[in-house]
Amino acid sequence: MSQRLAELAATTDLAADPVGFASDPWWLILFKAVLVFAFCVVMTLFAIWWERKVVAWMQMRIGPKHVGPQGLLQSLADGVKLAFKEDIIVKAADKPVYILAPVVSMVPAFMAFAVIPMGGQVSMFGHQTHLQLTDLPVGVLYILATASVGIYGIVLAGWSSGSTYPLLGSLRSTAQMISYEVAMGLSFAGVFLYSGSMSTSTIVGQQGDTWFAVLLPVSFIIYIVAMVGETNRAPFDLPEAEGELVGGFHTEYSSLKFALFFLAEYVNMVVVSSLATTLFLGGYRAPWPITAVWDGANSGWWTLLWYFLKVQLFLFLFIWLRGTLPRLRYDQFMRLGWKVLIPTSLVWLMLIATVRAMKNEGYDYRGIVLGIAGAIIAILVLSVVWDMFRGTDDEEEKAKAAQPPPGAPGAAEPFDPMAGGFPVPPLPGQELPPVPRRAVRRAEPVGAMVGNGNGTGSADDESATDATDKEV
Amino acid sequence: MTEATVGVGIGADQLDTTDMVLNIGPQHPSTHGVLRLRLVLDGERIITAEPIIGYMHRGAEKLFEVRDYRQILVLANRHDWLSAFANELGVVLAVERMLGMEVPERAVWARTLLAELNRVLSHLMFLGSYPLELGAITPIFHAFRDREEIQAVMEEISGGRMHFMFNRVGGLKEDLPAGWLGRARAAVAGVRGRVPVLRDLVHGNEIFRARTKGVGVLSRETVHAYGVSGPIARASGVDFDLRRDEPYLAYGELTDVLRVVTREEGDCLARFSCLIDQVEVSLDLADACLDRLETLPPGPINLRLPKVLKAPEGHTYAWTENPLGVNGYYLVSRGEKTPWRLKLRSASFNNVQVLSELLPGTLVADMVAILGSMFFVVGDIDK
Repeated sequence: MSQRLAELAATTDLAADPVGFASDPWWLILFKAVLVFAFCVVMTLFAIWWERKVVAWMQMRIGPKHVGPQGLLQSLADGVKLAFKEDIIVKAADKPVYILAPVVSMVPAFMAFAVIPMGGQVSMFGHQTHLQLTDLPVGVLYILATASVGIYGIVLAGWSSGSTYPLLGSLRSTAQMISYEVAMGLSFAGVFLYSGSMSTSTIVGQQGDTWFAVLLPVSFIIYIVAMVGETNRAPFDLPEAEGELVGGFHTEYSSLKFALFFLAEYVNMVVVSSLATTLFLGGYRAPWPITAVWDGANSGWWTLLWYFLKVQLFLFLFIWLRGTLPRLRYDQFMRLGWKVLIPTSLVWLMLIATVRAMKNEGYDYRGIVLGIAGAIIAILVLSVVWDMFRGTDDEEEKAKAAQPPPGAPGAAEPFDPMAGGFPVPPLPGQELPPVPRRAVRRAEPVGAMVGNGNGTGSADDESATDATDKEV
Repeated sequence: MTEATVGVGIGADQLDTTDMVLNIGPQHPSTHGVLRLRLVLDGERIITAEPIIGYMHRGAEKLFEVRDYRQILVLANRHDWLSAFANELGVVLAVERMLGMEVPERAVWARTLLAELNRVLSHLMFLGSYPLELGAITPIFHAFRDREEIQAVMEEISGGRMHFMFNRVGGLKEDLPAGWLGRARAAVAGVRGRVPVLRDLVHGNEIFRARTKGVGVLSRETVHAYGVSGPIARASGVDFDLRRDEPYLAYGELTDVLRVVTREEGDCLARFSCLIDQVEVSLDLADACLDRLETLPPGPINLRLPKVLKAPEGHTYAWTENPLGVNGYYLVSRGEKTPWRLKLRSASFNNVQVLSELLPGTLVADMVAILGSMFFVVGDIDK
């Protein structure tokens, strides 16, 4: 394996790593850390603005446009306003945990960013360095760990609020974390198997020829679903579920603490998007048609642009989902996680492992690929056929069937309005028995006692054939 | 809170889950108004549900008794603020019937038209807000764009966007403006053209169907027992529509256009699809009314009334098919200029009562789906 790695590294221009991460002087590391932090915060402000704009376009609105050019500073203004709001700590709250929870939620989101490769090797203050704070041999595991810690913030926030809605929200969040981390981890495992490394920079380096999104489409899709679930975003925003739990875990939070949750959510979005870019979309490498015509696309600061664009692509996906889909129900969401994503990723992982093993044994690569592609296509065809058959008993058909045909049973038998125990009006084709009318006892003024004049008139007693009742 | 000490050999009796009481509302995003539900939960499953109403009780019926018939309209169109025109209609029908008043034909057709446009307005509101409660934030803007178009023509004739106050005893307030029929026709055509958008965006959505199909099934027996009416009852297979079964206004002559939309399933999806189909039927009816209005000879649209309008002694019950269900006014007059009693039977009041039957056994998330599909207006519940 290590031989292969060396070969791969030699073939790709950037993975050949002339400058190690250890060579950075301390002040450069500090500078990069501040840069990463600033990047996260600015991306949050930008993502909020972009989300509001995109969703507004989808909803035929304009979106924020007053603060700053095109409303770009709107989220900054909102953030400042939020910080100056009154900070309310509810009486029933478990105060230390209540205060700690937003911090617990936010810090890991930033921490995860340390191992994200945002670009290739650049020159910074005369030093050759990577656009990545640090590189761990187990970088992806580190991200998984920090992401899990971040969810503790949500769980603790809900629990410590001492209120019903947040409690339900945090319970949901716990379950969500448990079920989606598994699928997420399994989708990573596919990448690990293929790249032979858990280091983010090596994984990017391995995608010089083909993105893992192409090689491992199933892992890619599973990760996309899991990352939306992991960040509590629509349609998987069950812990906050506005229509159900008001605000979910952050119902009782206000001011800066609420802002921290908000910040954490968006930083998390950027983190998982970056991770998706790194693991599946070739990281900071330029996409194929560009590299074909321009050799310098994968060098220097340009790499930051490709990284940024790919992250934006994922952020757009998040926004798009939010603008389009309703929220899943809690149990449906769990079912998706446990009964679809996890089994699928297990099977897929077996498949990858088999292919790798067979390749190591020297089997023909093309034969393996063809066989597997055939199996996948067969499954897809089966599912399409299944969908088509299921589509025939669609609801429109049922609606048609629901309309009683003329002369339906019931038309022949005499109509008994009290048959079901309650007086009901006749169905089409049925006729009411004639209603005995009380004789008019005295000459009445014009108009009085018109209508259904038996005087007992509750709505259900009204007889539907009373001709005198007809207006005009 | 009960305390459980966990030790070796602990029995199930000491590790019982405790039920949680959750108050949904009076201020909650899903109750759009001040309906309050007192839920007892075991985990996320609802054990009992009790709608607590009356936060918006305004004493409408009592207020009716100290106002003359012209003033009553202002109050009467407010209880269901989404169908103001239909609410006014019940009052004027009752008073006109008491007076034995023959309303001009143009007024009858114009009223029918406006009642149907009002129905579209109300339905579109729920078609937009229901997905919103299920977490889809976009459809409501599409629904509101369509609403806006119809609201523009309603505003043009009445000056109002919500409380139209266009009905008068004996007809309508004013004649329709010149060229209005054409603009109304354009609005109807525009909305009809965009109903498929809502259908595709919401009704065809997999998640939406999963959230609503088979959820909150309302049986026909329960519908009868609780006096549920309107699209909710029809979605449970109760084929009852006053427009067809006891025609008022011009509905008697529209039988070829009027199609009563029913579904058999009785679940949230059926209620929603009933509503969508009813919008289309209402648009057809509006078109038919527009056709007829164009061919009618010019004539008055209201009647001159005496300065003091007194309904003769007697009583009558006028009920109409409001957008949300059967809306009835029981008018008892002692021959004075105010009614002695004007009982209001509002649709939502009866419709939300079934919640206590529908909700137990469902999840909190289903509660939102069911609550939203009961299509209620809190003012219509609390009167």
